[in-house]
Amino acid sequence: MSGPIISLSGVQKYYGDYHALRDIELDIAEGEFFSLLGPSGCGKTTLLRTIAGFEDASDGALMLGGRDMKGVPPNKRPTNMVFQSYAIFPHLNVSENVAFGLRKHGLSAAHKDAKVAEALAMVGLEGYGSRAAHALSGGQRQRVALARALVLQPKVLLLDEPLSALDKKMREQMQGELRRLQRQVGITFILVTHDQEEALIMSDRIAVMFEGRIAQVAAPQTLYRRPETRQVADFIGVMNFMPATAQMAAEGVEAEIAGLGKASLAPDQCPGGVATGEVHVGIRPEMISLVFEGEEVKGATAETTVVEQYYYGDMTYYDVALDGVEKPITLSMKNIVGRPDLERGAPARIAWDPRALVLFSA
Amino acid sequence: MSLRVYAIAYLIFLYLPIFLLPLFAFNDSAIIAFPLDSFTFRWFYELWETPALHAAVQNSIFIAVLTAIFSTLLGICAARAAAKYEFPLKRPIMGLIMVPLVLPEIIVGVSLLVVVVQLLEWQLSTWTVVGAHVLICTPFSIAILNGAFQNMDTSLEEAAQDLGETPFSTFRLVTLPLVMPGIISSLLISFTISLDEFIIAFFLTGADPTMPVYIWGLLRFPQKLPAVMALGTILVLLSILLLTIAEYYRRRGLARAGLKDKGGFL
Repeated sequence: MSGPIISLSGVQKYYGDYHALRDIELDIAEGEFFSLLGPSGCGKTTLLRTIAGFEDASDGALMLGGRDMKGVPPNKRPTNMVFQSYAIFPHLNVSENVAFGLRKHGLSAAHKDAKVAEALAMVGLEGYGSRAAHALSGGQRQRVALARALVLQPKVLLLDEPLSALDKKMREQMQGELRRLQRQVGITFILVTHDQEEALIMSDRIAVMFEGRIAQVAAPQTLYRRPETRQVADFIGVMNFMPATAQMAAEGVEAEIAGLGKASLAPDQCPGGVATGEVHVGIRPEMISLVFEGEEVKGATAETTVVEQYYYGDMTYYDVALDGVEKPITLSMKNIVGRPDLERGAPARIAWDPRALVLFSA
Repeated sequence: MSLRVYAIAYLIFLYLPIFLLPLFAFNDSAIIAFPLDSFTFRWFYELWETPALHAAVQNSIFIAVLTAIFSTLLGICAARAAAKYEFPLKRPIMGLIMVPLVLPEIIVGVSLLVVVVQLLEWQLSTWTVVGAHVLICTPFSIAILNGAFQNMDTSLEEAAQDLGETPFSTFRLVTLPLVMPGIISSLLISFTISLDEFIIAFFLTGADPTMPVYIWGLLRFPQKLPAVMALGTILVLLSILLLTIAEYYRRRGLARAGLKDKGGFL
């Protein structure tokens, strides 16, 4: 990886009074699999379309491969896009679709055919060249769209929710394939998605967006374990929040957490910055466990009552009521042989590792 | 069941008079009445022998071709604008464009006559008929082309630009081929409408009558009536043929776009 292939600074986008992109500062490295993650209407697609050139930024600068992209139309940018609807040209067959972007490259027919065949092989569609566009399944359309973009060897491949139209099995398979393909070609991929699991599985780094603003940019592990704000923590996976009062300590903060008692948090447990006074402390469900008879206890413990039980097969989720906390907190247990199921209303002892606690300033 | 009886009765009322056309067109008698006489091609031959009719037909075809081209061009612009852009008062504007579809033609004819002769002080000619026919055919073109343009996914055009094409070459390589069935359908339908439109042509023709106006003139001479029947027979067949071709292209367009059929003309 060398310098950033894409660099956005101070990018703003207005639609009339509506402020769609706010102060976007973002560097994306060459060869990175980068995801833009957020709820619908957060501006992630607008940002992708701004990079592609379909939208003009109202203000700020967009550099692509070291070149300023101001006023450069989509057909002159070193980016290619896989559209949410795939946008396969219905009047052309598979080969003609893939060859579409090569028209102006001045290649001989044989060279062109070889490139098309190579691109089709890359996405696992050997021999599909003469298929009509309407005779393709959803997954195949997606592959044609990928081949059509990759055959041009763009600097950056933009993917606009490419997997949202596929069923669950197909989507999981394509997640793996996209990741493999990205490693193989080494092109920078920028993926727009609202599916946090998809973003976590596939990306090197993720930018989480809310209301036109980038809330946090980080690797999946950091984003999940050390979210900077409650909003990010809440959007990615499940997080229990408890009100707490915090004060400075020699190393990090000392917090008095409702329901969980006293705990000391290291500076890295305050990813949004060390804060004192009225704060919130969060913990993920899998970081809390039930303590059964005869099991060894690690970390801190508390006495609770089971409010609700959700059986998922591999896991069981429990909502448990904690003294001093309004909302029940959620915990998850791996289902292993010999572990009893707890019914609603049963008393339960919980344990957690204080190192899994995260402090939020608000 | 009663609905079926109603439908059949409706079709009989609708098409029985038209079936009478060929019946009398091939009937060897100058009087339009039963019982039928012997079979003949004489009335068709008489058509062939009437130079004034040939002039009228040529005039009508000239008008119909120009009308089809102009109204389809206008229809392409309007339908594309409606499909691609949002602009203030879009709905009222599109609504107003469609109004000539439902306005009584006699009203349109009279008002156009007033505008052309009194206000603009133009001479009535073939061109005034072309203008008026474009006015009434454009809504049909827009209705047909709206479907074609709106069925097209806008990301197809974006994809073409993303793959290196300019807006112009995108229109040529992607948009045009995809709406072509709609364009052909629009050309054929405007042509057909213009070809047998009578009221407006009657008000706005100059020295050269169109075919329907010429036929109207023939009706004053009872002995010409069988020849009119023969001409009518040809026109009915031609109209059905053109409509069928138009519908074929409309359906092919839908099939290409991979869409389900929703309505249409046939």
